[in-house]
Amino acid sequence: MKAQLQSRPGWLQRALKQNPADLAAHLFTWAFAAGILVVAVLLVYELYAASSLSRKEFGWSFLLSSEWDPVQDKFGALPFIYGTVVTSVLALLLAAPVGVAAAIFLSELAPPKISDSLTFVVELLAAVPSVIYGLLAIFTMVPLLREVIQPFLQKHFGYLPFFQGPMYGVGLLAASLVLAVMILPYIVSISREALLAVPPEQREAALAVGATRWEAAWQVVTPYAGLGIAGSIFLALARALGETMAVTMVIGNAPNISASLFESGYSIAAVIANEFTEATGEMHLSALIQLGLVLFGITIIMNAIARIMLAATSRKGQTR
Amino acid sequence: MGSERYVKQGIPLVAIFLLLCPAQAVAQLLINGAGATFPYPVYAKWFDEYHKRNPKIQFNYQSIGSGGGIRQLQAGTVDFGATDSPMTDEQLAKSKGGVLHFPTVLGAVVPVYNVKGVAGELNFTPEALAGIFLGKITRWNDAELVKANPKAALPAAPIVVVHRSDGSGTTFVWTDYLSKVSPEWKSRVGANTSVSWPAGLGAKGNEGVAGLVRQTPNSIGYVELVYALQNKIPYGRVRNAAGVFVRPELRSVTAAAAGVAMPEDFRVSITNPPGKDAYPIASFTWLLIPVKIADARNREAITAFLRWMLTEGQKLAEPLGYAPLPKSVVDAELKAIAKIQ
Repeated sequence: MKAQLQSRPGWLQRALKQNPADLAAHLFTWAFAAGILVVAVLLVYELYAASSLSRKEFGWSFLLSSEWDPVQDKFGALPFIYGTVVTSVLALLLAAPVGVAAAIFLSELAPPKISDSLTFVVELLAAVPSVIYGLLAIFTMVPLLREVIQPFLQKHFGYLPFFQGPMYGVGLLAASLVLAVMILPYIVSISREALLAVPPEQREAALAVGATRWEAAWQVVTPYAGLGIAGSIFLALARALGETMAVTMVIGNAPNISASLFESGYSIAAVIANEFTEATGEMHLSALIQLGLVLFGITIIMNAIARIMLAATSRKGQTR
Repeated sequence: MGSERYVKQGIPLVAIFLLLCPAQAVAQLLINGAGATFPYPVYAKWFDEYHKRNPKIQFNYQSIGSGGGIRQLQAGTVDFGATDSPMTDEQLAKSKGGVLHFPTVLGAVVPVYNVKGVAGELNFTPEALAGIFLGKITRWNDAELVKANPKAALPAAPIVVVHRSDGSGTTFVWTDYLSKVSPEWKSRVGANTSVSWPAGLGAKGNEGVAGLVRQTPNSIGYVELVYALQNKIPYGRVRNAAGVFVRPELRSVTAAAAGVAMPEDFRVSITNPPGKDAYPIASFTWLLIPVKIADARNREAITAFLRWMLTEGQKLAEPLGYAPLPKSVVDAELKAIAKIQ
């Protein structure tokens, strides 16, 4: 293992010494891996080039302005950035604990029969198209929010700024909830795989020194699978940031910045999907493409933050 | 034995021949178009009917939105475009060789609402509609609304405004109308396929607006007349420029078009027209045809289709919920076909 890693820099020399079939396989896989990079670079380049008109016009103030007026050709991304980040982070806060707990149950505690059938259902949920989630949200969740949940929250927690203002049902809260439901299957499914990949010796050793099954699951197996679980959360976050259809159906589609989760908002993916087809002005089109560039940037930044946090916590774990 | 082999070899040969045959026998002329979504149902019907009558000509229309239609026409990737709002002077200047507008049918946009305790038809003044969508009239029992609806039991509830979130010709017609009746709307918001809304929630598509209005108490929104008719959604009457509250229906929409002086290039907004029978929130929808069509066969096919659409085709519009063109407009367009070179 170690030797392999050390000889890695000289992979080309090694590759050339291989037999032709191996060499071909090597080159093929290399080309496909490089293809991913090429696609990513092309994507950024296209977004960058096509948004030049609006980048020149608005500069960095594009990120800080909250005006979005296609008639006057004045564009700013702040309300969309706000809506995207708030709904995604809130969805993650709601879904991650539930998803990880469910994964621990499925892999460690549940009898195999229940675990297998529940896992099947979870994977089925991941395959449901987002427009279906959106429809369910509009017809079931939004009325429930408007008639029951929002009045309850306002009555008991109305002193918090998050639960003030008019109760439409649709808004940031509705979008966060539907996103949480949508990303849950990803967290459960991938976290469960990570937990199942933990060698049985780890569990046996924990149980042998007198740990209960829960202690073994929570204190030994889960930290061991930490990287995999974190990976599932990254993937869920990426999905939440880019989700379009279900979000636009329940977020209210009004570019507001408000502390209240009852207020309507707008996300970057939603405004692009909504306005792109009928954007007749050059500047409007360019601004929408620049929003795509901004979304790309947000995804990178959020992933970087998550990775830094992960690195920090795992280092802490080692020194302890 | 020998003949069997011939049969075996013959079968695939015959199959290949049959596959190739129709393609050669009927050399089809394919004409591509793209653009507006609002008239898509009637365009689809027209192209289908026309193909039945002229099997050699096949129209292929993608309803990708007016903006996309204009861009594709400018880029030369389609033979014709379609739009719900006329092209601007700048856009025309950018189109090489020039573009002609041909009105095809008329559509109208109607206010739909869901007010607790109000079952009947509501009357809306232009001031009330502008006030509500500007966020200045905030309650259903506002004096402006009560004055127009003395008999309705309007509640003191706050008004929830619902507008389209996706860019659309419907929004263009609605905001174009509000710009004409309200100077404040014109200066603060303006008219476009998407605007910076001063108030309310956004919903995607006619179905999104109708759905949100239906399930949100005390809300108001706007949808296309076709959509409201087909889905039996209650809608209000609007006071026109002559001071009459007019119910939106195909007849009053055609009347709106008849009352407007038609410019030579057909680029005209017919919102808020004169005439006491005219419903004030209506619009043409246009086919965009390049002035110069190099290929003679294409030119022949397109002009023949336009002639058919303006005569026979108009009869197919009404059953689908579109208002047919007034005769004066049809006559003017038939003359304008000669401009295509």
